[in-house]
Amino acid sequence: MSELFAQLQRRDRSGEDCVSENGICPDWIVDNLDRYVDPFWDHVYLTLTSVAIGFAIAFGLALLAHRRRWLVAPIVQVTGILYTLPSVAVFFLLLPLTGRGNTTAIIALVAYSLLILFRNVIAGFDNVPAESKDAGRGMGLTENQLLWRVELPLALPEIMAGLRIAATTTVGLAALAFLAGAGGLGAALFADINFRSNVLVAGGLAVLLAVALDLMILAFQWAITPWLRAAT
Amino acid sequence: MSATLAFLGDFGDAFDYIFNSRESEAGGARVGGSELLPLLWTHLKVTGVAMAIAIAIALPVGLALGHSGRGAFATISVSNVGRAVPSIALIAFFVAFFPSTPEFWNVAVALALLAIPPILTNAYVGVRQVSRDAVDAARGMGMSSIQIVRSVELPLALPLIFGGIKTSTVNVIATATIAPLVGVLTLGDPIISGTVHGRAGQIGASIVVAALAVFAELGLSAVQRAVTPTGVKLERGASARAPRLGTLKRRIQTVP
Repeated sequence: MSELFAQLQRRDRSGEDCVSENGICPDWIVDNLDRYVDPFWDHVYLTLTSVAIGFAIAFGLALLAHRRRWLVAPIVQVTGILYTLPSVAVFFLLLPLTGRGNTTAIIALVAYSLLILFRNVIAGFDNVPAESKDAGRGMGLTENQLLWRVELPLALPEIMAGLRIAATTTVGLAALAFLAGAGGLGAALFADINFRSNVLVAGGLAVLLAVALDLMILAFQWAITPWLRAAT
Repeated sequence: MSATLAFLGDFGDAFDYIFNSRESEAGGARVGGSELLPLLWTHLKVTGVAMAIAIAIALPVGLALGHSGRGAFATISVSNVGRAVPSIALIAFFVAFFPSTPEFWNVAVALALLAIPPILTNAYVGVRQVSRDAVDAARGMGMSSIQIVRSVELPLALPLIFGGIKTSTVNVIATATIAPLVGVLTLGDPIISGTVHGRAGQIGASIVVAALAVFAELGLSAVQRAVTPTGVKLERGASARAPRLGTLKRRIQTVP
């Protein structure tokens, strides 16, 4: 009974004791939420910039390789090596070239995302039914019109799946960007890596960001593919 | 011009750090060269332990779920959630919440959790994509469920299963690099303790870690090819352009 009382008392006190006992402290979290704002937006910036650049490059490569199939294998090999290289190693291998900072982190994150995005765009194009393409050609579409009006829309589910994977993975990897001298939630996490409240808030925000981006891309896909809803 | 020279100089110095030990930046201790071997050993040990735990959990569960056809939702959820949790947050979580456990085990368990989703997903999809005709034929021959899993589904799923193990291994090797942040001295130590090892140590250790990841990828790819049943290889050659996973591919993303 006295033990329970002691526990109740402890909770009644201000956040100070909770912090020194390394607990999960709602008071501390509320008081210190502002210290996560900047790292959070840094994290958003790193993720969105990297995925956007990665998508632009991967999509360009996929368009190039779509009509020239022999390019697929070498592109997959090169992006595969970039995907295999550990991001932390890439941060420091880039040190002599780009120094420390956002640029270095973004180059490493882009390099990592290329394989995921390229594979999915190519898979999307491959899964377009031959009948649809034939129908398009029969209607007199040129190869270019066929690409933008038939193949690309029908490839959207795979392309969007690739974007979702790339976005969530990049959120996770951007947590290491602080090692490259960029900010992000990883810096906030590492600032007090043994303090439970800090680990939960910084880690939790990263997971929330990943889930939010995932849902946003899903919603975007829903909005731009009305024919998929009409079919079911 | 001078930038190019500085660039070459940095990498030359890094290679010198990898092959010859030197005095640390702060003086006193020796770093680099053969001093890297204990770090390499810890790196391999933590990777091996994490992979053993992950395979022991994910493989039986993936095979069982794939065989029964249940648990697609659970499998997808695990792999999605697994991707969203940053590795450093998971390691920090274990270190902060289990302070009395040795750091090595905290890191090994955190890495094992990171390694589980790709193995689980690939084992599940690998078994699901086995032709129902082959399974029916085996059942018609009087095989029990366990025999079907062992003699039909497992061999035919092996290429994808090894794909998952390969991806996880490379991922764990990469993530073990940040273990020194919580006191487990892997090859990431020279990278993270830049003040002790200097720029050459940071770049040199990065080269070693990158080489380790690439070797693991190439080695396990060779194993993956070796365990692919000849029949599956022939079938792939014949239908290389046809989508292999059909509708499953749209719902569950496997790794190469």
